Amino acid sequence: MKADRTPTARGTSRSRQARTAHRRPSVATKQKAAAADAETGHRRELLRQMLLIRRFEDRCVELYSAAKIRGFVHLYIGEEAVAVGVNQALTDQDAVVATYREHGHALARGVSAGSIMAEMYGRSTGCSGGRGGSMHLFDASRRFYGGNAIVGGGIPLACGLALADRMRGDGRVTCCFFGDGAFAEGEFHEVANLAVLWRLPLLLVCENNRYAMGTALSREHAQTDLALRAASYGMPAWPVDGMDVLAVEAAARRAAEAVRAGGGPYFLEALTYRYRAHSMYDPDRYRDKDEIERWKSRDPVDALAAVLRAGGEPEGGVDEIAKAVDAEIDDAVQSAEQAPYEPVENLLRYVTSATEPS
Amino acid sequence: MTAGSAATKPQQTTYREAMREAMREALRADERVFLMGEDVGRYGGCFGVSLGLLEEFGPERIRDTPLSESAFVGAGIGAAVAGMRPIVEIMTVNFSLLALDQILNNAATLLHMSGGQLAVPLVIRMTTGAGRQVAAQHSHSLEGWYAHIPGIRVLAPATVADARTVLAAALADPDPVLIFEHGSLYNLSGDPDPGADPVDLGRAAIRRPGTDATIVTFGGCLPKALEAAEELARLDVSAEVIDLRSLRPLDDAAIMSSVARTHHAVVVDEAWRTGSLAAEISARITEQVFYELDAPVERVCSAEVPIPYARQLEEAALPQTADIVAAVQKAVS
Repeated sequence: MKADRTPTARGTSRSRQARTAHRRPSVATKQKAAAADAETGHRRELLRQMLLIRRFEDRCVELYSAAKIRGFVHLYIGEEAVAVGVNQALTDQDAVVATYREHGHALARGVSAGSIMAEMYGRSTGCSGGRGGSMHLFDASRRFYGGNAIVGGGIPLACGLALADRMRGDGRVTCCFFGDGAFAEGEFHEVANLAVLWRLPLLLVCENNRYAMGTALSREHAQTDLALRAASYGMPAWPVDGMDVLAVEAAARRAAEAVRAGGGPYFLEALTYRYRAHSMYDPDRYRDKDEIERWKSRDPVDALAAVLRAGGEPEGGVDEIAKAVDAEIDDAVQSAEQAPYEPVENLLRYVTSATEPS
Repeated sequence: MTAGSAATKPQQTTYREAMREAMREALRADERVFLMGEDVGRYGGCFGVSLGLLEEFGPERIRDTPLSESAFVGAGIGAAVAGMRPIVEIMTVNFSLLALDQILNNAATLLHMSGGQLAVPLVIRMTTGAGRQVAAQHSHSLEGWYAHIPGIRVLAPATVADARTVLAAALADPDPVLIFEHGSLYNLSGDPDPGADPVDLGRAAIRRPGTDATIVTFGGCLPKALEAAEELARLDVSAEVIDLRSLRPLDDAAIMSSVARTHHAVVVDEAWRTGSLAAEISARITEQVFYELDAPVERVCSAEVPIPYARQLEEAALPQTADIVAAVQKAVS
């Protein structure tokens, strides 16, 4: 972590200069330098998380092509800033409900890359014991409640987690991710109404990536301003640039704070874009390649790397983060390769609690 | 009943009051228990089952919901996952179709799909069945659909005593339980003594012993089956009546041991015959005790028609006592 110390060294030398000129302002200057240092560290961590998601999924593509991973696999590449940015506003006690495009949310939530990869390999060490696969990642210890593959189906579940918190008054937030496709489902609208009515501590994060599978936003919604429509339920609702992780984090912090303070639900519409096809089966015939390239020019990983470099990150600093991330993914793949298969004798386990191994 | 006779006679109460008393007991015993559904509070429940509970337990625990079946059933699932013990009332089975996604794709699957991490200790109560001239959309008997699904228990209390004890058993279950209350049973009167015959989840009950034929039934058809058995007795046919109580899992042992004794089986089910629970039970009998049978298994089910409004048409569509009598006579002839 040598690169980490570089800004500190600079800050210290600036403080020394300040001290020789004026004694008293030195404390303020020192604090400022420490804050800048912490900010840089935090941004490097955001970059690390986004890179982990991106490179993990790049590896998923390779492994899918090699038939190591099967089933439906939906990639989050391009949308990393949303999961990573929002998660900064959540504590370990908060809960997260996500969709079938949830590798990124699970990784941002701290579910280990190894247990996610093992799940996709269908191994018993996977985070769902090999019974869920890519679309159904769960980790109760991280309060990560899936992994829901019916569009909109996770929203009522999140509503119930929030209801329990509200009834017990324990000050926790439930964050529910869903897409613009789910916004067309009745379950979203039922929950939006109910959550406001009951002032539930629910953070609704709509990842508007402009396509419900192959149907463009303007072909699925009569009014495409989703935040405007969400606001009609009587909750604060704001759009945010989902390609800018710092903007997402700032918006999510404001939202989570309002929810935690007892203000009821809050709606964030993260304007984002998926670079890859809907799933590995999708030939992606429904959109312009130019459109994809335009969005790639605002890539959230590149954008944050540029911010870091402008703040003095040395050449090679980002590569170093990427190297560490790759090593983590290598480990994940290696451990998944070696992990045991769940014996077929255990097929009927977990159907009911009575069939759970004691 | 007068106040003076209460001390000496066994207490009589209705199915509706028994269910209400069971909820009251559960709400008093465990602060994690709460009730939510359409009109369960101010209105007192569409069928009056929760009347008075709002006044005793307050709006935090007796929650009136909007007409959003998917949202409030899903909210029950989420709250259960988070450690609460919700009782969700869906006004009738007909409206449960609007929550089918949550029941099938979340309640029934979360434990398995999460590799055992997320149990869903949720109880869903709903009214079921036909017979009140409310026509096709309000007369469904879909218990068999739900009994098709691994991961949930399906119960059908058919007596006042079962109505009194089924809820505690359901709430003690760590997994989702669906309780079907047939609309024709709410005014049934009987002895609610919870100590007399507590519901053992998954165990059927012999409601009338007999030696010549076994009538297997549940829910709203039980009174009709008992009436038929009474009539058959006058015709010198001794019919045993088995009340399944649990529709998933089915108590195969109770069914088979009875059929092995009587050698004749008649299954009575208010649902449509095709793909019904009656079909499932019939198949199990032929699989397990085929060589004990002296005649083919008979089924008495609803006619394959959307349940009509007009009284004579509705009656003709549903299993009636005379149909059961005829089916048993055919089996033993």
